Amino acid sequence: MSSLQTPPLTAAQATPDSRTLRLVRILLPVAVLAVGIAAWELVVRLNHFPPYVLPAPSAVFVTLVADWPVLSQSLLTTLLTTLEGFTAAAIGGVALALLFNQSKWLEYSLFPYAVILQVTPVIAIAPLLLIYLPQQTAVIVCAWIVGFFPVLSNTTLGLNSVDRNLAGLFSLYGASRLQTLRFLKLPAALPFILGGLRIAGGLSLIGAVVAEIAAGSAGAGSGLAYRIAESGYRLNIPRMFAALLLLSAAGIVIYGLLALTSHLVLRRWHESALGKEN
Amino acid sequence: MAEPAALTETGPDPSGPAVSLRGVTKVYDSGVAALGPIDLEVRKGEFVSLLGPSGCGKSTALRLIAGLNAPTSGTVRVFRPVVGVRGRHSVGFVFQEPTLMPWTSVRENVRLPLKLAHAPAREADARIDQALAQMGLAEFADAYPRELSGGMKMRVSLARALVTDPDILLMDEPFAALDEITRFRLNNDLLALWRDLRKTVIFVTHSVFESVYLSQRVIVMTSRPGRIAAEIGIETAEPRAEDFRTSVDYAGYCRKVSNALAPSHPGQHSP
Repeated sequence: MSSLQTPPLTAAQATPDSRTLRLVRILLPVAVLAVGIAAWELVVRLNHFPPYVLPAPSAVFVTLVADWPVLSQSLLTTLLTTLEGFTAAAIGGVALALLFNQSKWLEYSLFPYAVILQVTPVIAIAPLLLIYLPQQTAVIVCAWIVGFFPVLSNTTLGLNSVDRNLAGLFSLYGASRLQTLRFLKLPAALPFILGGLRIAGGLSLIGAVVAEIAAGSAGAGSGLAYRIAESGYRLNIPRMFAALLLLSAAGIVIYGLLALTSHLVLRRWHESALGKEN
Repeated sequence: MAEPAALTETGPDPSGPAVSLRGVTKVYDSGVAALGPIDLEVRKGEFVSLLGPSGCGKSTALRLIAGLNAPTSGTVRVFRPVVGVRGRHSVGFVFQEPTLMPWTSVRENVRLPLKLAHAPAREADARIDQALAQMGLAEFADAYPRELSGGMKMRVSLARALVTDPDILLMDEPFAALDEITRFRLNNDLLALWRDLRKTVIFVTHSVFESVYLSQRVIVMTSRPGRIAAEIGIETAEPRAEDFRTSVDYAGYCRKVSNALAPSHPGQHSP
């Protein structure tokens, strides 16, 4: 005898769908990475490529461990530069946006120059900066130049997108300029500012790398980008890859930290940080 | 043409005028004549509705009374007592949307007018508690606006308007976006509040039924530019309750107001 009864779905059976999906979303890119690395390793071994043409992933890893004292020092230098550039970009971008918001005259006179600074490729500005500034300062200024514009434009956008009725309410209750700024404009602009910072984090790293490469020939720098340039001249290709790996890891960590900060700050009220079911 | 002005005066007479508009017009920068000229007087403690279609300038009139915009010509006078207490504000405004700050809790939203006036913290807390209790929000003080329904958000907005203990409550289609059941309940709560606190209420709406149910006087307006077409007194014994909605009296007033609103009788003045 066969029965056509369908078993009722239990909660345990119903949920795995979404949990499996989440697991797949993590496992799939990891699997792709593993396959890619294996294929790379295989190609290098089967063709007997010398390491100065194309190093195997294993050779890169060995170099990463063996050269760790040098590379970690360089990583620290680059991270420090990035952090300084990012901090300057964050403070400068927000402060400039606040100034522009308070005075239209200032905005009209200065905003075009902010745009010009943004659209001129930083790699072309870096050599000039290196002539006029001490190297360490020039590197930080480069990181600042590329990082500050997204903060400036996002903050400006945020400050200008305050709810019209809320602004009316503030003026009805006789709020001062400072109160309006503190209790209305800044909180309303916060999601935009955080979005700008998230972009600025990655860009500051790029700015630091560009300046280090431009300064590379001067020889005094010891950042990761300088290591890449130096290793290139010496045909130490495994070390180039190892340094590149660290740079990309640094970029991922910076982005992750800023995204996490943004989520933690906004999770109670902003749409972007809320679950889809809401 | 009179100097455009919004005057503030102290009115010693307890049953005197609360708001008075004389020959008020408003022309926006775009050249659109939104309002007037209109003359309007609202007595202290009166509940008046401004009723009309969209674009008839009723919201504009309310914004002029609130001082959110300046009139192009004419005078807007709001009679207010001498303010002695910090955080006491004589005009409360409720917008069509709840207009809450999404980044902070219900309690902090209600606190806003007091905070802007630098009211002492302990006194402010007591008044916030009172305003929240009046609107039935005591349990929701720590909730965030997004966690509340539309009706609850509007209650928060009302609590915020009441926290300064205003003499005049200006309401700009506050319940227009709510479902009918919630709207009826808030109508009743508003009437109860008005009976208890005896505030002057100027209520803008495009619902004939809402205006008749709530007010002592309905001002019917026509559009482009907004002018007063009729004034209809709703003389029903207080207190009104849910059964008034289904009474013959109510239906009669609704018909009268609807007729005044109909475009076939422009500029008609009912007694």
